[in-house]
Amino acid sequence: MSHQEADGIVGRGNREGADLFRRWFSELERTAAEHGLTAYVFVMGSLCELLRAFDLPVVFPEINSLQTAVRRVAHEYLNQAEDYGYSPDICGYVKADIAVQLRGGEHPMGRIPKPSLAVLTNACNTYIKWAEIWERMYRIPIFTLDIPGTRAAGLQTWPGDADFENDRRYVQAQITELIALCERVTGRKFDIDRLREAMGYANEMSRGWKQVLEFNKTRPSLFNALTDGTIYLGVANGFRGAAEGGRYFTRLVEEMAYKAANGIGTLTSEKYRLTFVGVPCYPIFRRFNELFAQWGGTFVHSTYLWFASGGANVGFEYDLGRPLESLAEGLLVSVRDAMDSMFYPEQALLEMVDSFSLDGVVYHPIKSCRTTSAGMADNRRALMAASNVPSLFIESDMMDRRVVSEAQMKNRIDAFFEGLASRRQQEPAAH
Amino acid sequence: MAYTAGVDVGSTQTKAVVINEGKNIIGRALIDTGANVIVAAEQAFARALENAGVQEEEVEYVVGTGYGRYRVTFGNAQVTEISCHARGAVEMFPGTRTVLDMGGQDTKAIRVRSSGEIVDFCMNDKCAAGTGRFLGAASSALGIPLDQLGPTALRAERPVRISTTCTVFAESEVLAWVGRGKKIEDILQGVHQSIAARSIGLLRRVGVEEEITFTGGVTRNVGMVEALQKGLGAKLNLSEDSHFMGALGGALFALDHLRTGRTPAAAGRLP
Repeated sequence: MSHQEADGIVGRGNREGADLFRRWFSELERTAAEHGLTAYVFVMGSLCELLRAFDLPVVFPEINSLQTAVRRVAHEYLNQAEDYGYSPDICGYVKADIAVQLRGGEHPMGRIPKPSLAVLTNACNTYIKWAEIWERMYRIPIFTLDIPGTRAAGLQTWPGDADFENDRRYVQAQITELIALCERVTGRKFDIDRLREAMGYANEMSRGWKQVLEFNKTRPSLFNALTDGTIYLGVANGFRGAAEGGRYFTRLVEEMAYKAANGIGTLTSEKYRLTFVGVPCYPIFRRFNELFAQWGGTFVHSTYLWFASGGANVGFEYDLGRPLESLAEGLLVSVRDAMDSMFYPEQALLEMVDSFSLDGVVYHPIKSCRTTSAGMADNRRALMAASNVPSLFIESDMMDRRVVSEAQMKNRIDAFFEGLASRRQQEPAAH
Repeated sequence: MAYTAGVDVGSTQTKAVVINEGKNIIGRALIDTGANVIVAAEQAFARALENAGVQEEEVEYVVGTGYGRYRVTFGNAQVTEISCHARGAVEMFPGTRTVLDMGGQDTKAIRVRSSGEIVDFCMNDKCAAGTGRFLGAASSALGIPLDQLGPTALRAERPVRISTTCTVFAESEVLAWVGRGKKIEDILQGVHQSIAARSIGLLRRVGVEEEITFTGGVTRNVGMVEALQKGLGAKLNLSEDSHFMGALGGALFALDHLRTGRTPAAAGRLP
């Protein structure tokens, strides 16, 4: 590889991700201008593969909402929804989206088209109520995929088990109903070869996503799971089942391989390797990371990259020879994993303490998302009982800067690092 | 003789101590923080030096702590008050396994190992409920000086239940009880019990393990000590210098630096 090529490859994932994002939103703006059809979907079980087979552009309201926070205008949207009657305690994503709808789709990234259909799963309770708002607002059909979850911690069933087969058939029956609904909404006949093609691209993406996450076991870490990872995650959602999405992840794997081979990490001095549990603090997204980076702390991993990719981290690859059965199988395995990543993360985290050489675990419960936050205190206790890996518990929000107190957050983060530093001084042989 | 100092710039008061190589406090100062944090830190340090009879150049290392630690412009390092209170408490009471620091607008529960290493900590959330500020609100509502709140509360016969957790609303709730003819002693005991309950909740989050050392400005309030001990069913470690525990911890970290040649383990960076 020439120097010129090498220079271009480092950071390519971030640049290309940003380009794809802009393209995606400009396509949505065009759709809005033309009053075209769209499907509103969610990050945990979007079924983009199937929707692409009907040429339905996908809108992720969760991503639209977090973008208002990253672009520092979330408060305007939240205030509007609260003026409309929503409580400050309601999910910030929902409220920002309500305001987007009340504004006729006005959004910092461009105009968001109205939904023609909404597809959701039971992975988050709020999804269901949220979609019902659109149902009332636009009189559109909504389709809830009921995905069976893990029955008990650590007891997942897999292909070949009778219980798994029951669950898979249950999911497949729902997909069949959704296909009929998509035919009605679009007026187009279902084409299984189009689905197969989209599933092929999704396979390329899932394979790449899994590899990218594994790459960060490397020391120094190759990407920051909180900042860079969120860019990759955006592509993993917005371009699932699309040719560009598959290609993006193949190229991202190339970038990671290059960085690994050349020892190119995220920090000049990586002192502490951390994992992040929860949803990021989008109102101060960059600053939040800086509070850790100042101490040489880098996020080598994040459970967000698991559950907010809809479980794509599992790397499930569809059998294109039996697309419908395999689509149901993949949806079941992946969404189930996304739910487990929110409800039972300590089991996976315990394994990662060694495999990712973790120095600490940062729990970030947030005020406006009970789904991801409700079990965190208990989860942390379980982790502390099973391991002496240090952990930090800091509360803020994913959207609402009114409940993000940077000074208090910094105090806790500093104290956490002081503890890590003190521990390291007492155990010099370990590092 | 080498001396070190710790300057703890809190939201309400600034504390400074000077210690000698024997880890003994030889000078201390306590002033109101006021609006100018930098000046408060300088004045507290100057007064502690005067109290110790030590010249500034004789102090070899200064650690700033507290919310205004980065404004201790003459400090050599900054350490959070969480680490400093733990360090000071374990030094003063080696059997300490849990620390409760109650200050002007922060209450912290800290669990430590015998080595002084922090196992876990938690603080009051984004409001001043359950902190010294809550007592300030009661003092203002009832027109009773802060130093009389505790002794007055101890004379209660039938304490009222203060249900609000909001410091701002506490004032109106206190006045509502006054309006209903309740005795001041009973209202104040209710206030103390309410704060104690929230603090005990924080302690339980990190896990209460004896011995428990109580630090911070509210340690001077006998009513709060009583309410906490009753609620916990345990005796609290207390000292005349409990109010200075954060500053003492800072000075001890500074001494560690002189002895090991290392920047204090907990030294942070300027923002």
